[in-house]
Amino acid sequence: MSGHQNYTLNVNGTEHPVKDAWIGESLLYVLRERLGLPGSKGACEQGECGSCTVVIDGSAVCSCLVMAATAVDSQIATIEGLAEDGTLTDVQEAFITEGAVQCGFCTPGLVMAVHHLLESNDNPDEMTVKEALSGNICRCTGYGRIFAAVDAVIAQRQAGK
Amino acid sequence: MVLTKTRQRDVLGHSALRPDGTAKVKGDFAFSSDLWAENMLWGATLRSPHPHARIVSIDLSKAWKVTGVEAIITASDVPGQLTYGLISEDQPVFAFDVVRYMGEPIAAVAADHPETCRRALAAIEITYEILPPLTDPEMSIGEQHIPIHPDGNLIREQRIVRGDITATGPIVVEGTYIIGMQDQAFLGTESALATPDHDGGGVEVYVATQWLHEDRKQMAKCLNMPEEKVRLTLGGVGGAFGAREDISLQVHTSLLALRTGRPVKMQYGREESFFGHVHRHPAKVWMKHHATAEGEIVKIEARFLFDGGAYSSTSAAVLLNGITHTQGPYRCPNAIVEGFASRTNNPPCGAMRGFGVVQACFAHEGQMDKIAEAAGISPVAVRLLNAIRTGDTLITGQILESVAPVERCIRETDALPLPPPLPTDAHELLLPGGSGLTADRRHIVRGIGYGVSIKNIMYSEGFDDYSTARCILKDGVATIKFATSEVGQGFVTLAPQIARSVLGVDEVVTETIDTQIGSAGSTSASRQTWMSGGAMDGACRMVRERLFEHVAAIHKLDPLQLAIENTDVVDTRGHLRIPVSEASSGVRFEETFEYHHRPTEDLDENGQGNCHVAFAFVAHRAVVDVDPELGLVKVVQIATAQDVGRVLNPLSVLGQIEGGIAQGLGLAVMEEIIVQDGKVRNPSFTDYLLPTALDAPTVIASMIEEPDPQAPMGAKGVGEPPCISVTPAIVAAIRNAVGKSIDRCPVRPQDICL
Repeated sequence: MSGHQNYTLNVNGTEHPVKDAWIGESLLYVLRERLGLPGSKGACEQGECGSCTVVIDGSAVCSCLVMAATAVDSQIATIEGLAEDGTLTDVQEAFITEGAVQCGFCTPGLVMAVHHLLESNDNPDEMTVKEALSGNICRCTGYGRIFAAVDAVIAQRQAGK
Repeated sequence: MVLTKTRQRDVLGHSALRPDGTAKVKGDFAFSSDLWAENMLWGATLRSPHPHARIVSIDLSKAWKVTGVEAIITASDVPGQLTYGLISEDQPVFAFDVVRYMGEPIAAVAADHPETCRRALAAIEITYEILPPLTDPEMSIGEQHIPIHPDGNLIREQRIVRGDITATGPIVVEGTYIIGMQDQAFLGTESALATPDHDGGGVEVYVATQWLHEDRKQMAKCLNMPEEKVRLTLGGVGGAFGAREDISLQVHTSLLALRTGRPVKMQYGREESFFGHVHRHPAKVWMKHHATAEGEIVKIEARFLFDGGAYSSTSAAVLLNGITHTQGPYRCPNAIVEGFASRTNNPPCGAMRGFGVVQACFAHEGQMDKIAEAAGISPVAVRLLNAIRTGDTLITGQILESVAPVERCIRETDALPLPPPLPTDAHELLLPGGSGLTADRRHIVRGIGYGVSIKNIMYSEGFDDYSTARCILKDGVATIKFATSEVGQGFVTLAPQIARSVLGVDEVVTETIDTQIGSAGSTSASRQTWMSGGAMDGACRMVRERLFEHVAAIHKLDPLQLAIENTDVVDTRGHLRIPVSEASSGVRFEETFEYHHRPTEDLDENGQGNCHVAFAFVAHRAVVDVDPELGLVKVVQIATAQDVGRVLNPLSVLGQIEGGIAQGLGLAVMEEIIVQDGKVRNPSFTDYLLPTALDAPTVIASMIEEPDPQAPMGAKGVGEPPCISVTPAIVAAIRNAVGKSIDRCPVRPQDICL
């Protein structure tokens, strides 16, 4: 195939060279297949399900809709960057203890979306949470335990203030 | 439901946490689509754009010229059997003369990059002679029908005749109910990684599936290999819901790997996934209930027509499930039922959570409300009046031996608190139409509806769907193995709980889920807690007997008087108490157990026979707000009481209840694959809408624990019941709100406002 390029992506604070890559590849593809970061999941390729959610320069986006080569000057945060030292974040812990994980395919995207929400608003009300997570589809849980996990994190963070 | 948060030993009855939870929240869990191998190629499938056509010619020459292509295969490259299937082997691995549905595979390629694959597929030139698609299931089996498959168009016909077919009563109500085609829409699309043996004589496949051993059996036939040369390991499964019961890309991926001598990975995109697996059968169900003036059922007449699509998959079993659940969880002394599963050029349909019972329930619950209205009693009263009990006889003549707390399910559901009225200043996202802001809140009307269901669990009609498990106890550690597909439901959580309870150990190691042990049967039919749980329980009990014999020999005791108490072996009539870790130190006990449920039998020509193993029950109450002018619905609350036998893991059961309700809500008001002239019009998550966080209703659930003596641990499967009667409950609530007769699901805006 023609149209190959070399470029560098900054993912989770580390520079990752991407060599001889077809220019048409999505950020999701490059993360998963070239950089060895398969934590972000692909489930719709249309930005509808949120499984591939990453944070680029402070905005939560669907990495399936971003051309990788357009993200060269950005700070990209993925699920792999959350517990880099081996310690789970409060959101990750709550997802496990509250039963928010079943098959787990939506989980990385949801964990990213919850972190992103709580970074901008540390005490969101119920409707704010639901709206913020409405771009992340979960087919297993019916969302009840996911809401419980978010509520648990909010309560912990408020108690810790 | 208040869940216990205290972390005690993770034995049965406690909300043990998922052992794969940490990996899943970190993104470390290896789903089948995350797999990668050195020197790996990508595979992709060419599919028919036509629902019915004759393949005149296939020209691969241009595709071979695409740089990076390593293999292109068609039907002529299939070394073994050209067709496969779960019940009847009627589906081609690749279409070889005729394509019978839009999306049918014709060829596959292996190449260095997914984009190369896409270009190669685009370069394959196929000449079709387009044939008129047969899309009406009534016409498919009508008198003038033309067969579209050598096996004919009637996949199965079965009737049930019971009692006095002339019986009637002062109340006669009838309806024709339409159920749309639902997609399982698991998030992790079909994917597999196949690696050929060095000598080309075998293949190792990591795949997301519901049933490793059945896949292997079908694959081996098509690959023309002995089964032991086809080794399957469960790749991480991103949901299933029935869609992974049939094979999809298993043979294609293996063939490409064997042809190229290199590992090949295949992964469907979302659009391809809509074409790559079977769906829930669309159905037309006519029912006519005869009842006494008080509302007691005297007789049911019914006719079911399931559209099986182009290939049979599990249509024959879905049909059986539908017709044998005609009466619902109600007594019915007389019945005459006929059912048909027909072949069309629509997408093939097969297993989806609820498996035929969803369609039956939608119809019988619509009928119960009509009886209630005619008898002048409430929807709850008519259901209580007719509620079936243990010991009653079903319309198949089978005695209902399962614990059947139907009345309790209804009463407990009805006793759960109703939500407050819609506040006049309600958040706009709580209104019907949500963020569309289209509802005029002054016109919103609220409705309440009920649904109750009976669901068979395990397979039926003489099928011996056993499960196998192995347990090793050594130095206080239990190592367990099974081939049970973990699809998200949590058997990997439950199996160690069983081992801890039976053996008094805390540390349990679960081995890889693969075909290096006997079959576990399918993760479907709400069967794994009972079947694989039974196998695990049996293996652990056998190991425990060995441990007791060992301890008894050393201490000169009667092994029958030993027991496990927490993590100790104790002499129930003496003073011996030693930790299991000490008692099993330096020794190794290994046992494998195969669990079989009691035998079932085929139905006779009048639909009589003990065809099912066991049953579970549930009731749902739905509260909806409806915008009658725009036909928009907001499901406010679902209350449910479910017969679970015994709660082995409260958190897991609640997860199944809430998740099943969301899928039932989808079928009630959102989800339908639109097929026009055999062509799927909405194969994407943009056009096939799934419930989101904003669509999820408040769920209040009550778990009814009446342990079933026939179940190995007293526990019934809990996976399917939550999604069955919630759909008719929601539709009944919509009818209640707007006062209109609505006999189809999903309910569309035009069904409400036009």
